[in-house]
Amino acid sequence: MTPIAVTGWAMLGLHGMGWVELAQLCGHFMLLSLLAVGGAITTAPEMQRYLVHEQGWMSAEQFTASVAIAQSAPGPNILFVALMGWEVAGLAGVVATMGGIMLPSSVLALNVARYGRRRADALPMRAFTGGMVPVTLGLLVSTGWLLAAPVRAHPVAWLLVLGTAIASARTRISLLWLMAAGAALGMLGWV
Amino acid sequence: MAADAAEPAPPAGGAMRSPVSCGELFRVFQRLALQGFGGVLPVAHRELVERERWLSPEEFVELLALSQVLPGPNIVNLALIFGDRHFGWRGALAGTAGLLAVPMLIVLALAALFRQFSTQPLVLGALRGMGAVAAGLVVGTAIKLSATLKKNVMGQALGGLFGVATFAAVGVFRVPLVWVVLGIGGIAMAIAWRKLAQAERGRP
Repeated sequence: MTPIAVTGWAMLGLHGMGWVELAQLCGHFMLLSLLAVGGAITTAPEMQRYLVHEQGWMSAEQFTASVAIAQSAPGPNILFVALMGWEVAGLAGVVATMGGIMLPSSVLALNVARYGRRRADALPMRAFTGGMVPVTLGLLVSTGWLLAAPVRAHPVAWLLVLGTAIASARTRISLLWLMAAGAALGMLGWV
Repeated sequence: MAADAAEPAPPAGGAMRSPVSCGELFRVFQRLALQGFGGVLPVAHRELVERERWLSPEEFVELLALSQVLPGPNIVNLALIFGDRHFGWRGALAGTAGLLAVPMLIVLALAALFRQFSTQPLVLGALRGMGAVAAGLVVGTAIKLSATLKKNVMGQALGGLFGVATFAAVGVFRVPLVWVVLGIGGIAMAIAWRKLAQAERGRP
């Protein structure tokens, strides 16, 4: 079959999964949703254990490819969860995994934010933001450090990371140009 | 006047703005999501703070702090809370939909494509280079936002110290985030609480 025909079948079919399995999939991701402090990527090891080892719904290679593809595409990294659903059960799988990972945390976030807004001037709320802002900045630097992990062995990559950081912080250059420069340097084999 | 999507053009003067409709929320969050390769946060800062002026740097970093502590994807939490603040649940839905709808279609299409090209050295090289830039952009955002520490209740030096401690714990020693928030975050909040209480008592 041609790739397009395969994609067409994948969209409509459930890949042999029944509604019970689909509900299990959704339920498991709902559980992970509330555990995903620091972003959904922090629960990726648990997703891998469940999808690959416990249920055998996808291979380890498929799992890693899902994360890598979502990282390289525009949009929030959370979309790797959509790709996993797609691999497991087509469109129905996307609804199950994305719905599961998003709903519980979103309901919680909205309620906490509304509660916090009503008391924005209260001492505990101001202490929370005052204390957490430095931690947030540290987490940002950590994210950059971990994203750079695959290229940290290359001196040119260090220059690229630092150059990007300074150019984006100090100038108004479009971030898309920086991205294109990175892609070009990578294709030349410099990083 | 032609709007140039690549060049942030802040309105004249320092006036803050607000989104006028759910449609505008949807469009702005979609625009920033489509520019975000390897992470949307740096673009979100550029668009929401520098271009649209919907948030001051201080408001942005406070919103980000809340989004990070809550479970769920940080940028989605940020869109939800920001949208809800302006238009209730409709705004929350509009921001999140803008962030996710079109990028999801692109990711699914890319997945079909990558299956055929994923072993090409050129593709792999481009991905590595883009990964390095994504890392630099996040660090750049941290550099910009570090200016907000000047207004922090703990002061710049102590705030910077907590930032470095967090980086060491999470980035270097890979301590689970929950412990960092409870430990380092807890101490930082306690100090902030004391300083705020002292300032309030000192007020006439």
